[in-house]
Amino acid sequence: MIYAILRRFGQMLFVMFGISVIVFLIFFATPGADPAARIAGRNASSEVLAAVRHSFGFDQPLYVQYTRMMEKIFVTGDLTSFVNRGWKVVPAVMDSIPVTLSLVFGAAVLWVMVSIIIGIVAAATRDSWLDKLLMALGLLGISMPVYWLGEVMNLITQSRYHDSWAFSWVPPLGYKNFSDDPKGWFLTLVIPWITLAILYIGIYGRVLRAAIIESMQEDYIRTARAKGLSEARILFRHALRTSLIAFVTLFGLDFGALVGGSALLTEVVFGLHGIGKLTYDALQNLDLPMIMATVMYASMFVVIANAVVDFIYILLDPRLRAS
Amino acid sequence: MSSQVAAMSRKTRGPWALAFAKLATDRAAIASLAVFLIIVLACFSAPLYAKWAGTDPFASTLDAVIQIDGADVPVMEQSTEGLGLGYTPIGPTWRLGNYFLGADSQGRDVMARLLYGGLNSLLIAGAATIFTLIFGTLAGLIAGYFGGITDTVLSRLLDVLWAFPIYLLAISLSIVTIAQGIAIGPIEIQSGSLWLPIIIIGVVYIPYVARPIRGQVLALRHSEFVLAAINLGVPGWRILLRDILPNITTTLIVFVPLMMALNMLTESALSFLSIGVQPPAASWGTIIQDGQALLYTRPLVALVPGLAIAISVMSLNVFGDGLRDALDPRSKVRLGRD
Repeated sequence: MIYAILRRFGQMLFVMFGISVIVFLIFFATPGADPAARIAGRNASSEVLAAVRHSFGFDQPLYVQYTRMMEKIFVTGDLTSFVNRGWKVVPAVMDSIPVTLSLVFGAAVLWVMVSIIIGIVAAATRDSWLDKLLMALGLLGISMPVYWLGEVMNLITQSRYHDSWAFSWVPPLGYKNFSDDPKGWFLTLVIPWITLAILYIGIYGRVLRAAIIESMQEDYIRTARAKGLSEARILFRHALRTSLIAFVTLFGLDFGALVGGSALLTEVVFGLHGIGKLTYDALQNLDLPMIMATVMYASMFVVIANAVVDFIYILLDPRLRAS
Repeated sequence: MSSQVAAMSRKTRGPWALAFAKLATDRAAIASLAVFLIIVLACFSAPLYAKWAGTDPFASTLDAVIQIDGADVPVMEQSTEGLGLGYTPIGPTWRLGNYFLGADSQGRDVMARLLYGGLNSLLIAGAATIFTLIFGTLAGLIAGYFGGITDTVLSRLLDVLWAFPIYLLAISLSIVTIAQGIAIGPIEIQSGSLWLPIIIIGVVYIPYVARPIRGQVLALRHSEFVLAAINLGVPGWRILLRDILPNITTTLIVFVPLMMALNMLTESALSFLSIGVQPPAASWGTIIQDGQALLYTRPLVALVPGLAIAISVMSLNVFGDGLRDALDPRSKVRLGRD
């Protein structure tokens, strides 16, 4: 087990290093334009350009530039924006992390609960109209652009039906700190949570249904039937338990991807100033230092999250533990 | 039983014919394919529609006046709320060729832009799919067949790309190329070119194709018929082309619709973030972004392109599922989101 964990840990370090090199190469070595001009933003003066060249070490070899960049992002944290003069980028990223995590964790709780229910119901009523309806809805959830769904939600809850009894509780767009106003925090996040969860409920419901149906054909299910166990007990105690393995693996992959993907779009639509919104604003005014920082921190987080899920997996699965 | 006998007495049908026959009985898949083809056809007729409607979907026409039931109606209506200073674009007229879905904030015909935008969305998703399949297959073939140090280097590179969140990688690639374009040797791509989103989306999904292909090639590499060919002294490139490639074709075909669906969503997200298709060109993602400011007054501008994406992607997904069941039922090809 120790060996498996060490191996996975080494793999994680390698991937982190690899990603940092790719980010470095994209931002500093993409041919076509002077990287200093890209970093300094539009219409930078020649003094600013010279300062950027000096502080990022563009007159020095690539490996020096790489260490300079990593130092600025992770060690000293003194990477500054040139579009918003002198704005320290790393503290801004740190401040936005709780917002993104609030969004992602809440959505994850919601999608796991609902998709387990949907998966069980669909598998239990296999090939019925209910099963077909649930699977079609799930497919629809996967097929919608998440930011568009967010706009539809806004249209309904903020504008068209805001005055009806159903949505009059929905607060205006924005984020409230949990420590200042727990109730406001919860209420502002309900609609974003639902929006983000709809996307994943579709995938997870489908995967869980398929896994349950597959495990229902296993020998141990036949044994359980032969023992005279009730169908409900077979479904919950035997089929569901093994099916959740596929579910958990998928969860590890998607939870990380969510932070670096759909959550970004959801934050933009709902005006939640998390890492996604920070990245979006930086994209609008070509603020490269900010994008470098958000991309680097978010992808490192994703890699670590994936590794943590795998560690837990190694601890849980007796077969992996033995090897 | 009798049908089985009949099938056996008939001339043996090849695996392709069997798969096609199976697909033809899948009504959901065929219906989805039809829906998707109708959307493709409609989008490719965009220039015809614009010509017929006499509208230029790329020029702002703030002071245009159109005729509805003989009455003159300005495209941009003076706002009646507040100080009455703002202008609201005209809503849907439901008259084909005459601002059917209304106008956007530049006074442009939304219906015409929807078709042009769809054309770009489909072209980018399609071209990116081809790009990913070509380079993903190439990487998978080389890594799986030649093994050794080549495999180690390629596989580790693919591992890193795989672990890099798709949108973050795409954002990084877009932001450095969006303003000035990119020049690699003799190839120069201007900023604003459709090739930029095509290549960026194509690159980020390469590991999604290359990793499963590598696994398949690795298994085929050690199969008896390939070992036999190697021992006969058949050159490597010939084994790859004649023995290995035909055996991974079904997987590649199954990838096409699912990849295309994924690419449409990715393209729309990038365009929504303003790092995909650049104005004045449009795609469904950029139209949704344009419509965001008009969401509460003229919601159709943002709603209709999103609906078009959802219908296209869903039909591709349903068709893709059917195609997989027909061609390669044992495969577990799953293309996740992000």
